[in-house]
Amino acid sequence: MTTNISFSLNGDEISYDVKDHWTLLHLLREKMGLIGTKEGCGNGECGACTVIVDKLAINSCLYLAVEVDGKTIETIEGLASTEGSLHPLQQSFVDNGGIQCGFCTPGMIMSSKALLDENPDADREEIKHALAGNICRCTGYIQIFESVEAVKGMGGQNE
Amino acid sequence: MSKNNSEFSVVGKRIPKLDAAQKAMGRAEYIQDVKLPGMLYGKILYSRYAHANIVKIDTSKAVALPGVHAVLTGEDVPKKMKMGFIKDNPPIKKGKVCSLRDEVAAVAAISPEIAKKALGLIEIEYEELEGIFDPEKAMEKDSPLVNEHLKSNVLKMPWDIHYGDVEKAEKESAFVVEDRFTTTWVTHCCMGTSGAVALFDASENLTIYTNTQIPSLAHKDFLEALKAMGLENKRVRVIKPIIGGGFGSKLDTYAYEHIAILLAYKCRKPVKVVFDRVEEFKATSTRQPTITYIKQGCDKNGKLLFRDMRMVLDNGGHTSWGATTPSVMLMPISSLYRVENVKYVAKCVYTNNTYSQAMRGYGNPQATFAIESSMDILAEKSGIDRIEFRRINKNQSGDETPQGLKITSCGLEECIDAVKKELKFDGKNEKSVGTGIASLIHVGGGARIYGSDGCGAILKMDDYGKVDVFTGGTDMGQGMDNITAQIVAEELGLLAEDINVIHSDTDICPWDVGAHASRSTFVAGNAALGAAKKVKKKIQAIASKLFDAPAGKIKFKNKLVFVPGDEEKSMPIGKLLRKAHFRPGGTMLMAENFYDPDNENMGKELKGNMSMTYSFGAHGAKVKVDEETGKVEVLEYVAAHDVGRAINPLLLEGQVYGGVVMGLGYALTEEVTVKDGEIMNANFRDYKLFTAKDAVKIKAPVIETDDKDGPFGAKGIGEPGCVPTAPAIANAVYDAVGVRIKNLPITPEKVLAALKEKNN
Repeated sequence: MTTNISFSLNGDEISYDVKDHWTLLHLLREKMGLIGTKEGCGNGECGACTVIVDKLAINSCLYLAVEVDGKTIETIEGLASTEGSLHPLQQSFVDNGGIQCGFCTPGMIMSSKALLDENPDADREEIKHALAGNICRCTGYIQIFESVEAVKGMGGQNE
Repeated sequence: MSKNNSEFSVVGKRIPKLDAAQKAMGRAEYIQDVKLPGMLYGKILYSRYAHANIVKIDTSKAVALPGVHAVLTGEDVPKKMKMGFIKDNPPIKKGKVCSLRDEVAAVAAISPEIAKKALGLIEIEYEELEGIFDPEKAMEKDSPLVNEHLKSNVLKMPWDIHYGDVEKAEKESAFVVEDRFTTTWVTHCCMGTSGAVALFDASENLTIYTNTQIPSLAHKDFLEALKAMGLENKRVRVIKPIIGGGFGSKLDTYAYEHIAILLAYKCRKPVKVVFDRVEEFKATSTRQPTITYIKQGCDKNGKLLFRDMRMVLDNGGHTSWGATTPSVMLMPISSLYRVENVKYVAKCVYTNNTYSQAMRGYGNPQATFAIESSMDILAEKSGIDRIEFRRINKNQSGDETPQGLKITSCGLEECIDAVKKELKFDGKNEKSVGTGIASLIHVGGGARIYGSDGCGAILKMDDYGKVDVFTGGTDMGQGMDNITAQIVAEELGLLAEDINVIHSDTDICPWDVGAHASRSTFVAGNAALGAAKKVKKKIQAIASKLFDAPAGKIKFKNKLVFVPGDEEKSMPIGKLLRKAHFRPGGTMLMAENFYDPDNENMGKELKGNMSMTYSFGAHGAKVKVDEETGKVEVLEYVAAHDVGRAINPLLLEGQVYGGVVMGLGYALTEEVTVKDGEIMNANFRDYKLFTAKDAVKIKAPVIETDDKDGPFGAKGIGEPGCVPTAPAIANAVYDAVGVRIKNLPITPEKVLAALKEKNN
């Protein structure tokens, strides 16, 4: 079964014929070539595939593509400005050692962005809670927390 | 220290990882992201039994499935295509399987879905054999044999070592303690799973994209694979995409790579084999599990007199580098603290379990768990304070250990003091709270376990002062790229961002033995530094003529080449390069350097200075044990390391924090649960990694001892962070509630059972 859906993706209005069994991750990575969203487990356990749907951080490997009809999606590719400058959260992950192998990074940044968009002054405990579903094997999380804290109050916004 | 950090412009600076912006934008390409025109997808079928004969395989239904291009079984694998360091493992098994991860067939198809469907259509008839899953039982005479032709389950390995006279020292000891410790299977859990894409060109040369930590040795393995396939004198090119975590997991070549090669050759199309997470858990190699018997003794003043250790290592069904971990375990066993009389016997035993490989620390965490737990037990028996006991026996500069390790720079005492200062070991803890300490020694200046411990670097300057460094080293997130850039920039008076480090392709990068043994900073760093020095000399010769000044007076800083104190004699480096280039008989500046450290292979006597220098450290933990549930909470953690010099403190902290948290998982939560050879928890719900919620406050004091052989004084720090973590926690648990957990991980169940036993 194929369904035509419309959604907003990183500011672009998209219309797409999707198979009903496709996940949002499959649509983004395999069909639209947005490789920034990663698959770490395919099972909703690691958070590498996190994107933001209607302001909520979700695991795109567990989210059916047909369900984004009429919704607004943000992926890692949509964060940097059109002139190429990094979003403050991206810059902060770079500057504070929040990135080693980088495989968890897009998911980490998207979870952090959803948090700060909602709660610009999130404290360490709230950050820990928001990132509890994003596994990182390299950093021990400390420099990731510091990366998020460094942009607190800026609301994760670059507009 | 000969040089102060303030004298450096680039070394010692917190320069963000050079590829971080690319990664932050989601533009970094991992093996998962590699897509080539006409590419097929390969999938692997694994054995249904841990130990069985393969009676019959029928692939006809899979072959007939539309979209399937090739189906391979063990019959299709050339006889001489074998993996592992004793070459006992064909990429697809024929006749017999020895573990549940044994590959029995593989498929290439136009989509992953069709390939998967085809696997389900392969019919295999097995004759199940009695399996053996306990290495100690596998050593018994009437045990089933994993490899019948070997007539024994015990591998022929040389680990039977005796330095000094342990029996005599035991008699002279005032206090002796003896215990048994075990460690279990844990796994790397790289966030990016394993995978490879193989393709052949029209002349049957192979290109393989693979996330390996050993591009040059992989190149050699694949050349041998081609030879086994009858493809003599062909070329192999290994291209590394960005690596989604290594930690030792990519230190060998594996079945998935060889299967991608075989499928690509059969189909004459690119074939991609990438693991899903379940496969990553079940079909990649673990850290080597161990059973350790340890006996140590000291005199009445606390001087350590002997250490006697015996180990049984579960080798699994095949042999990868896990069987060689005793060569590194020998280092802490012979040389952590001063001890003259040492015995070490290790037996690697075939079972029908999964087989092990390198994992961060390469045996050192297992050995150090036993040694440092035993040190605490011996200190208590001797009535000596546990920190004082360690200070009495500390390693020192100038020591030569029984194994022949030459200790040059050594900051062990400073590390112990830093832990003591940060954690306040005053014994005045509240109820159920305790502190623990454990130290480490690790190779910090390469490790000669192979014929060469070298690394090459080629350096090329453009006309504007930018540099390309082609290095044999491998970055897998740890920061080899930055360290190389900072070292070269420092030497040539440039900025780190002026240096482009290329480490992705065996066609253009020189040889290196691999990203292991915490050797990249020291060995790849020295390789690049040597090349930079050669280029520097050439520039000095050019500037000497231009400035009419002695070459030795020419200095480099802020992209300028100049004679200090003479304003006339100064020129931007780019301008100087152009002057050298754009003239009759012009020149461009390039240099190559191959650095092979002056360390030693262990000979037949199993003695030798395996590394040019050694990294030291001490970890301290403060824990609280919930006596109702047995749960251990880490309240504070201090990880002090002697790193020689911190080339980049930001990345150094990242290595330490990441290593410690991996070590805490090893200590407290991580365990691949194996039942009759089957992995029962192949997912992140049941395999308990530390999450952001579990993250611990870590202090990481850095001790700089300015190593004489290290690049700008630096030593390796990739692995040490996870080496003494488990014993530091175990010792803290004992201090908190008086129970000694000797089997990792220290789960609430084990703590609770021990408390119950103690209170009865």
